[in-house]
Amino acid sequence: MITVTDARKNYGSFAALDDVSLDIPSGSLTALLGPSGSGKSTLLRSIAGLEGLDSGTVTIEGRDVTNEPPQRRGIGFVFQHYAAFKHMTVRDNVAFGLTIRKRPKAETDKKVDELLEIVGLDGFRNRYPAQLSGGQRQRMALARALAVDPQVLLLDEPFGALDAKVRTDLRQWLRRLHDEVHVTTVLVTHDQEEALDVADRIAVLNKGRIEQVGDPVTLYERPANDFVMGFLGSVAHFGDQLVRPHDIVLERDRATALALDAKVAGSPGVVEAVVERVVPLGFEVRVDLRADSGARFAAQITRRDAADLQLREGETVHARAVGRSSVVEVDPALAI
Amino acid sequence: MTTTSAVRPVATDQQPAAAPPPTTRPDHAPALTVVPRRNPWTWVGVAAVAVLVAMFVNGLATNPGWDWPTFARYFATETVIKALGTTIQLTVLGTVAGFVLGVVLAAMRLSPNAFLRSVAWAYIWAFRSIPLIVQLLFWFNIAYLYQSISFGLPFGPSFGSVATNDLFGALGAAVLGLALHQAAYAAEIIRGGILSVDEGQREAASALGIPRRRQFLRIVLPQAMRSILPNAANEVISLFKGTSIVSVLAIPELFYQVQVIYGRNSRVVPLLLVATVWYIILTTLLSVGQYYVERHFARGSSRTLPPTPLQRLRTRLAAFGTSTSRAAGTTTAGVAR
Repeated sequence: MITVTDARKNYGSFAALDDVSLDIPSGSLTALLGPSGSGKSTLLRSIAGLEGLDSGTVTIEGRDVTNEPPQRRGIGFVFQHYAAFKHMTVRDNVAFGLTIRKRPKAETDKKVDELLEIVGLDGFRNRYPAQLSGGQRQRMALARALAVDPQVLLLDEPFGALDAKVRTDLRQWLRRLHDEVHVTTVLVTHDQEEALDVADRIAVLNKGRIEQVGDPVTLYERPANDFVMGFLGSVAHFGDQLVRPHDIVLERDRATALALDAKVAGSPGVVEAVVERVVPLGFEVRVDLRADSGARFAAQITRRDAADLQLREGETVHARAVGRSSVVEVDPALAI
Repeated sequence: MTTTSAVRPVATDQQPAAAPPPTTRPDHAPALTVVPRRNPWTWVGVAAVAVLVAMFVNGLATNPGWDWPTFARYFATETVIKALGTTIQLTVLGTVAGFVLGVVLAAMRLSPNAFLRSVAWAYIWAFRSIPLIVQLLFWFNIAYLYQSISFGLPFGPSFGSVATNDLFGALGAAVLGLALHQAAYAAEIIRGGILSVDEGQREAASALGIPRRRQFLRIVLPQAMRSILPNAANEVISLFKGTSIVSVLAIPELFYQVQVIYGRNSRVVPLLLVATVWYIILTTLLSVGQYYVERHFARGSSRTLPPTPLQRLRTRLAAFGTSTSRAAGTTTAGVAR
């Protein structure tokens, strides 16, 4: 368990952390999610001890580490830009934390072999980091961080510098790794898809504060406020509500739309709108609409529905919001 | 090239959109033969320089003023070799002490403590401001300021004292002067090298649980060496030649001894040549050493290290043996492994 209590950090007059408190359960994979400048990296670096707090405390597994330097916190840290030790081979990089602790060579070798196999770099032990690809370098950095058996593993935008394909591969790989190793892991990311994909808990940060903490489903379906809702997925301004575009149903005639079983309380009913554009996105189709009031919004419907409706630009449709992830006002029970 | 790019857009503008873009060269035109660009002035330059070089070499060989027989007689005499030993000794001691002190000064200049920072800055400022020869004469005359040096607690009792002149022979004064002078320059070079290492390397090391001193020695310094070395080698070479200044302290190093000899026999030019050739030989050896040391620290900084001149020669020979036409390709392949 990592506990951060009333953490505050100012850079000049800018509050990077504004009295943040957060509990991270042992064995979880928690994502700190937020836009740039939200304080997510500062929070992670304060847990690591790479950044000192102005006030507040950090405890790791019951031990107050607020005034301990990083080397005495029992952490593993992975940086966005790998921070590979360029003058050492892959093997030496991974072994470094152990050699410096003067572990017996046989033990070190065994551990390094094991880790290199886990991260899929067993054939690369004598290479230098410059001879690896970005994804390989980051896996090496992960093995290096895990070699010292850290109590917590901290990842600062670990896949941020990699291309889209490698990113998705690596994050699923990280998820599987976590299921195997079970080390308490904190991951910083600005990518909501990445957070939803790998984490079992997400803390959403904004302007140095935590907006909401919860599991991915809760956060997506019952966001505490419009910021969380907007950050975790796309939103459509539907009447005076915010709804997910895929929760908007389009019908040709008003009666069918009215007859729909609306699961949302306080739904503003049926909105008449003109189709401005139909954009095929693969499995789904995005329909850009303009309501009578002049407000523009988008609906996302399946390809089949779109084919049934045979929508054309300039035609009028009737839209209705269904589903549960609409936000009308902030629920005090959910707010942190 | 200029014509092509200038013509193309104009031509496209005038064509209707449907028309194919105009090609600069029709398909049936004969293939162009590429010839190297001719540059007559290069040849004029080559000829002029070649004539000058020939004149210089001819002068070296034929001008009796060089007095090659005298040069040969003195080049490897015991006095000269011994003096060369002193020169090397001064260089080694000056370099080692200078760079050790330089590391300390660089660490002080990068310290979070303002006092240490200012002292290091002031030291560097002072020792870079005083000409080496002036400083050497100061150290030589230190006994004039302090007749004896005592060891004890600062401002407290003394455990014993030594006459300054016993502690500081002329050689001691020279080594001290060279080292202190060198330290000021070394400190700046080392500081620059340390600054060139990314802050993330240090953070990664401390996240791995490595104590601060180890972080510096195992992570920062080896990587800093890459940018320190070329400058440091420059410094060592310049210190090596700088030892000739020590002759003002009447220390029997190379330059001083040569002066002594030509003071006796008046063969100034051949004896200066003796010193010159020795300086050149040792500087060459240092440069070769520099190449290999730099290569060692370049490990990991690029995907493949360039081959050493020896390896290059070997692959060149091997390639020549197997196939002459593919020589270039084979060389590259040999390099990669």
